[in-house]
Amino acid sequence: MLFYSFFKTLIGHTVVIELKNDLTIEGTLYAVDQFLNLKLRDIKVRDEEKYPHMMCVKNCFIRGSVVRYVHVPASHVATDLLQDASRTEAKHAKESNKQ
Amino acid sequence: LCSMSDSLGSTVEEPLDLIRLSLDEVIYVKLRGHRELRGKLHAYDQHLNMILGDVTETHTVVEIDEETFEEIITPVKRDIPMLFVRGDGIILVAPPIRT
Repeated sequence: MLFYSFFKTLIGHTVVIELKNDLTIEGTLYAVDQFLNLKLRDIKVRDEEKYPHMMCVKNCFIRGSVVRYVHVPASHVATDLLQDASRTEAKHAKESNKQ
Repeated sequence: LCSMSDSLGSTVEEPLDLIRLSLDEVIYVKLRGHRELRGKLHAYDQHLNMILGDVTETHTVVEIDEETFEEIITPVKRDIPMLFVRGDGIILVAPPIRT
């Protein structure tokens, strides 16, 4: 649940989502769930001339599995806390796999 | 079966443990779609979702000249300060390859 918690800390911030179909969407992160599905508000498509079919769309829901990258504001990331959380998460995942 | 201990006293047994050793280090990540990343590993989980800092993405575009049929290989680089990468696009993870 590490990345679920991480994205929850980013709710209200501007993020840029790059999808696997090369579409890039900038917007305010509004919601996230355990599958890392995302809801964005007030979206703006990067490179609008190339992808005009979302010009009237303000809010959107993105299925987590179609995401390639999420560009996040570096200033908002506590890298040391993330690293510690990864070590703990990896240990728990290993223990639950062993059972 | 070989199991070693790392500096924190945790046993290194499975491949994910090797990734844990790379936390706070620069790594090389090969992705689907002829993309490569080089950046500092801040977080990961058992799905290989990752957060990388100070990333350089190299995207290799292969064009075929219609007249000569020769392949024109163009690497395109991009710098991203902080990036979430979804695990299902990752092919391999390694220490940085010297280029």
